[in-house]
Amino acid sequence: MIPEIPAWAALPATLLLIIGGLLTLVGSIGLLRLPNFFMRIHSVSMGNTLGVGCVLVASMLIASAVAERPVVHELLITLFVVFTAPITAIVLMQAAIRRTKPPRR
Amino acid sequence: MRRIPVLFPLGLTVLWLVLTESMTLGNVLLGLVVAFGMVLSFQKLRPVRPRLRQVHVGFILLFVVLKDIIKSNIAVGRIVLGLTGGREVRSDFLDIPLDLRDPHGLAVLAMIVTATPGTVWSGLTDDSSVLRLHVLDLQDPEEWIRTIKTRYERPLREIFE
Repeated sequence: MIPEIPAWAALPATLLLIIGGLLTLVGSIGLLRLPNFFMRIHSVSMGNTLGVGCVLVASMLIASAVAERPVVHELLITLFVVFTAPITAIVLMQAAIRRTKPPRR
Repeated sequence: MRRIPVLFPLGLTVLWLVLTESMTLGNVLLGLVVAFGMVLSFQKLRPVRPRLRQVHVGFILLFVVLKDIIKSNIAVGRIVLGLTGGREVRSDFLDIPLDLRDPHGLAVLAMIVTATPGTVWSGLTDDSSVLRLHVLDLQDPEEWIRTIKTRYERPLREIFE
C-alpha cells in the first residue's frame, strides 16, 4: 500500500526528482558528446553531486512526511558520497594520466 | 601517555544510534564499546590529529561550496549541451601553488574540488606545494588560481592551521 503523502512534501519532492533526473541525464549525454576522458569525467560528476543531492533532499522530504517526524538518514549518505567521491576521481585521473598522453590544445 | 580521543568515538556512537533508531541500554553500550574499540585500535593509522581552530569559518565555507556546486553544475550542463554561444571550450591542466599543508585541510580541498563539476584533482607534488587540477573550461588561468586560493584555500587554512 502506498501511504498518503501531503502536498507540501509531494510537490517540492517531485520537482527535485525531475531536476535531479535531468542533471544526471545531461551528465550522461556528456559521456557521449565530449571528445576525451579528461573532459568526460567532469560531466559524470554532475549526476554524482547535484543530481544525487536533489534525490536525497526529495527522499528526506517524503520520509519525514510519511513518518511524521524529521528523518535525516540521507545526510549520512551525503556525507559518505562526499567522503568517497574524491578517492575514485583521483584514482581514475591518475590512471588516465599514466595511460595516455594528456591532450594539449 | 597519549590523550585518548573522546569526540570522535562519541560521534560514531551517535551515528550508530541514529542509524538503528533504538535507545535501549544494550544498544548504547554496544555502540560505545565498538566505537571506542575501533578508534583506539586505529590510532596508529592516524598519526596526525586535526586541530580545529575557527570552526565558524567552516559553516561559511559550506554555503560558499553549496553555491559553487549549483553554479558549476549549470556551467558544465551548458557545455555538454553546446550552449556556450559559439565560444570554444578550452579544457586543460592547471598548476596551482599551494600554501595549505595540513593533510586534513588538503583532504577537504580534494572533496570540494571533486564536488564541483568542472574541476578534478589530478595530482599533488610530494611536498604538497603544487596542486594540479584539470579544468573543463579554462578561460583565464590567473583568475582560476585566484579563485581557488581565496575562496577555498584561505578559509581552510584558517580552520586547520
